Parts: sequence; structure tokens; C-alpha cells
Amino acid sequence: MTFTTRTLMGACAISAFSAAAFAETITIATVNNGDMIRMQSYTDAFTAKTGHTVEWVTLEENVLRQRVTTDITAKGGQFDIMTIGMYETPIWGKNGWLVPLNDLSADYDAADILPAMAGGLSYDGTLFAAPFYGESSMVMYRTDLMEKAGLTMPEAPTWDFIREAAAKMTDRATETNGICLRGKAGWGEGGAVITAMSNSFGARWFDMDWKPQFDSAEWANTITFFKGMMDESGPTGYATNGFNENLSLFQQGKCGMWIDATVAASFVTNAKDSTVADKVGFALAPDNGLGKRSNWLWAWALAIPAGTQKVDAAKSFIEWATSKEYIDLVAAKEGWANVPPGARQSLYDNPEYQKVPFAKMTLDSILSANPNEPTVQPVPYVGVQFAAIPEFAGIATDVSQEFAAAYAGQQTVEEALAKAQAIATDAMEAAGY
Amino acid sequence: MARSITARRKTINTAIAWSIGLLIFFPILWTILTSFKSEADAIAFPPKFLFFDWTLENYAVVQERSDYTRYLWNSIIIAGLSTLIGVIIAIPAAWSMAFVPSRHTKDILLWMLSTKMLPAVGVLYPMYLIFIKLGLLDTRTGLVMVLMLINLPIIVWMLYTYFKEIPGEILEAARMDGASLPKEIIYVLTPMAVPGIASTLLLNFILAWNEAFWTLNLTAAKAAPLTAFIASYSSPEGLFYAKLSAASTMAIAPILIMGWFSQKQLVRGLTFGAVK
Repeated sequence: MTFTTRTLMGACAISAFSAAAFAETITIATVNNGDMIRMQSYTDAFTAKTGHTVEWVTLEENVLRQRVTTDITAKGGQFDIMTIGMYETPIWGKNGWLVPLNDLSADYDAADILPAMAGGLSYDGTLFAAPFYGESSMVMYRTDLMEKAGLTMPEAPTWDFIREAAAKMTDRATETNGICLRGKAGWGEGGAVITAMSNSFGARWFDMDWKPQFDSAEWANTITFFKGMMDESGPTGYATNGFNENLSLFQQGKCGMWIDATVAASFVTNAKDSTVADKVGFALAPDNGLGKRSNWLWAWALAIPAGTQKVDAAKSFIEWATSKEYIDLVAAKEGWANVPPGARQSLYDNPEYQKVPFAKMTLDSILSANPNEPTVQPVPYVGVQFAAIPEFAGIATDVSQEFAAAYAGQQTVEEALAKAQAIATDAMEAAGY
Repeated sequence: MARSITARRKTINTAIAWSIGLLIFFPILWTILTSFKSEADAIAFPPKFLFFDWTLENYAVVQERSDYTRYLWNSIIIAGLSTLIGVIIAIPAAWSMAFVPSRHTKDILLWMLSTKMLPAVGVLYPMYLIFIKLGLLDTRTGLVMVLMLINLPIIVWMLYTYFKEIPGEILEAARMDGASLPKEIIYVLTPMAVPGIASTLLLNFILAWNEAFWTLNLTAAKAAPLTAFIASYSSPEGLFYAKLSAASTMAIAPILIMGWFSQKQLVRGLTFGAVK
């Protein structure tokens, strides 16, 4: 055996030994949605690249939120990476519960992350979570029904146009509803829709002194318009409809328009599940001419809890899963329509991705949402369809229950708003605002 | 005439019993049927009952995505051990309350039951901190302890009720024949209460198998049982009802089969002492 051969064999043995020595198993808590499940199926590619293995804990969104919140506040250390959203990230970052991600490698190209996403996932200029995919909301509409109604959907419609079109597209005999919107109670369900909508009506959750604003004319206009339009042209029982119920209605051809998350575009245009896949058009979420549209901004992002002992392995996973390399991997295996959208500018610069029918409208929607200035009048909070304060989730859930009761006709709009004002005032005072 | 009335009444009663039975079983039947549908058929309206394209695709997807056997094994260990340990502790407790009652026995029984009235979420955080301190998070040992403790009041109550039906004179006779306390419980009381103990075991095994709050909140990747397996298929953003139904069917199948084969024992135990 020559000296060179011995040296090479020794080097191989040492490198194999070091890889084994540094290989770790990381535990990741995540949500059950299409993009996240797809990511799980590519875990082997990550293991082949780094030697690290991954254990997944997949939970329903609300269960996950409760589970990871308990763990991070109690410093349980059960997870090395958590999937969190734009609501939690700035709050947890401020509390020092997350590992800063400002030192990701140069190859990662953090500057490529869309500014709206990076801004929403940062606190005080420090990135605390890397966006896996981002979303806004937009109008998805039936091109055939719009044509039949004798109307043309503008690229940036107003609420008045949407209401008029909804009324014309509605045909109760064929169970065709002009418009489908979430009315279901819950801050992430109907609460998100009505808050984003209220932004375009000039309403806001709190003034600059953190005083709740449900007694304003803008909120009364928002809820009155929503209820009036949905009573005229919405599906029966819309007060209990969430994302899945509306998706189901749209896929079965029972909605003329649906204003909801941009990620829904890939579902409604998928011929395997949707009966109207080839008849769907897209437009920006409506406005009222006040300078703010009614689209939200959200990202599911990967963050590292401060207590983990496996920071390096966790960072290497986040770099891989939110990289351009991962997007290319998915595109090569499953096509460009299936890559995680809304996180990187380079994706929207890619000519191949530009051919995807909803790509441009998704990007335009994301870019038109500004979490730092979400409303017509100034506000002290960050967030488009939420206010990034710990008290918001509880208040908004209670408030959305009052709104849902008004949609269902169990109380008047005025009663719902008065109760919302009282709920928010009590909670904010109790929290010391 | 009397015979025809009796026969007619029997037929009506049977029809009513079957109707109620089917009504109760319908959600499970619908879940099983949905698991064989495509996602499009799962949400079709009007719903498709039997006439759809039957497919095993959902089961294939679930099998590919999840390590079902690991979840199943965790469920068996956690539900089995927590029930067994609970019954071993509860038998002497129920014996003392049934045959050597004190003036506080009823209060103790009521107090034990009152612990079930506290919403579990109220003690989640303290329990979580204790688990961290003891290193029990995401372990089967931790879950066995918790499920045993939360089901213990029910086990004691059930066994107490069964033991009350057994004549104390028989135990007295055993004592007069020189039986020690352990022998009295093991060789005299337990054999007489076998139907009650069996139904207690079965019922609590089912309760522990289906328990979702603690099993979801105190586990992560290693000790998660079938409840966590089902939760991983629930999604508020995306229609995965058929896959969720397949996962649910796989999770309930073992307990359904066990319940089916032990139904005689279960009914006998549950109606033990109901008619004197």
C-alpha cells in the first residue's frame, strides 16, 4: 500500500468519523398543509447533504400553536425547529425566545427574501424566522360566470364592483353563490378576513393610544357591508364557513368569487380535485379607494427556540428548506406550480415560474400588503390581519364570535360592535395598555 | 293473540334497537366509507354513499407518510399499562371502601370524582413543568402515569360499585377459614368480580386509547400515540378529509375489533348488578 493510498484511506476514515460524530437528530414541529408535507418527503435529500436526521411532529394549526407556545414558555426543549407565523415571530423574538437568524451563510442569500416577509418575521431589525412560504389574499373568480353576468373583472376591483358582480352571479336555483367569504369565528378564520377588509374601509383595531375603535363609523360600515353582501349573495350558513368550507364550495362550482389565501389558487386550479379548474381568474383583493386594499400578509416560517442544544443542525435545516436549492429540487420533481411560493424574489424573476397562472397575482398581492402601515389612519401595531401583541389572539377570537353571531342573525351589527368594543376595552385595560 | 302481540312487539323493539345502533354507528361508518373515496368524492354534495370510485390511495399515502406501527405500539403500551396499573391500585382501594367503609368513604369517593371535573387545560402548565423537571416529556412512562392517574377515580368507582354487589358474608367466611387479606382479595373477591373487573379494564383501556389532550400536549416525536397520528392529518387550510378518514380508520380499527370480540364481556360487566 503506497503512502498516498494510506493517506487517502485515513482521510476518508477521519471524515466519515467526523460526519458521524456531528450528525444529529433534530425534531421539527410543523403544520399539516400541502407544502409542509411535501417538505417532509424530501427530508432524505437534507440527510444526504448534511448527515443530520429529522423527526417530524405534524399537528393541526391550532393544536400546533398551543403545543409550541406551551413548550417555548416552559422551556421544555421538545423541538429544535418550530413552524410559526408572522403573528408569533415578533412577539417571541422580542421576548428572547428565538435564536436570531442574521448569521445565515452567504450562499443562502438572505437579501433575496421578499422585504414584506423579512419585515414581518423580524423584530427590531433582526430576522427571527425564515419564511418557508408566504401568502396574501386575492380574488379568485369564475371567468365563465363573470362573462355570463356581462362584467369584466378589473385587475384591482373595488368592493362596490365585487358586490354588484356577486349579486349578478348569484343564482339560487342552481345553488350558485355570487361570493364566498369566511364568517367562521376565530382570529385566523373569519377574524382575518374581516380585519383585512376593515383596513380598506379605513377602520383600525386600536388608535395610537391603544384604545379599541369598534365604536367608529368605519367599523360599522365594514360589518354592515359584509353582512349585506353576504346575505344577498353568499352561501347559506356563511357565518360558520371557514377556508375549507369555501374551498369545497368553490371546487364544486358553487361560488362565483372567493376572496381568500393565495395558496388556494393551486387547489382551485388543480383538475384532480376542482370541477372548475380551467375557469378560474385572479384579481387583487378589493379596495374602497382609500389607499389600502383588503389583502392580508402571512408566512409560515421556521424558527429555532432559544433553549435548543442543536442550533447548528437546526440552522443547517432552515438554510436548506428555505433555500433556492430546495425550490429547484421541488420544481424538478413536481413542477413549478408546486414550489413553496411567496418567500423569495428570485422565484418571481424566474421565467419558468412566471408561466404559472397565479404567480404574478400572488406576488402583486404580497407586495401590496404593508404590515408596518396596514391601515388608512396610523396605528401603534404591526400586522395586516392581526396586531402583533400577545393579547390579540384572545381578544380577536372573542370579537370574531360576536361578529359571527351578527352574521347569523342572532344579534344586530350594532350589538356586535358594542360587545366587541367592551371586550377589547376590558382586555386592554386588564393588560395594562 | 298474546303470542302475536309479543312477536310484533319483539320485531318493533328489534327494529328500534337496530335503528338506534345504526344511528350511533353512522359517524364511524361514514368515516370508514370516506377513507375509500378520492378527496373530490369526499366533499361531493349531495354526498356519495356507496356509489363512488373506491380507492385505497389514501391508505397508501398515510402508510407512506407516517410510521403507523410506532404510533400503534405507543398506544398499546400507554393504554395497556395505565389501565393495568390503575386496576391493580384500585382493587384494594375499592375493597376497603366497599367492605370496610368509614364515615368518610362517601366523601372520599365524591372527592375522587371531583378531580375529573377540573378542566384538564387548567393544570397543563404545572404538569408540563413537573414533566420537564422529572425528564418525562415525550416518554411513555410519563403518559402511563398521567393516564393512570386521570382514570383512577373512574376505575375505583366502577370497582366499588361491582364489589358492593358481592355479599360481605362470603368474604367473612373466607376470613373465618383463615384467609389473609391478600388471599381474600386475590382468591375470593377477584374471581367473583371478574366480569366487573374485565369491563372496567376494557372501558378504561378504551378511555386511555382515545385520550387526546394529554397525549398531544406531553409528547413530541417518540412517545406519540395514535391520537397524535390522527391530529397530524387534520388541516384547516386544505381538504384532506379522505386522508384524515383513512388515518382515523386505522387508529380506531384495533379498538373497534377488540370491542367487537369482547362485547359480551363488556355488556355483562356494565349490566352487572343492574337487575336483582
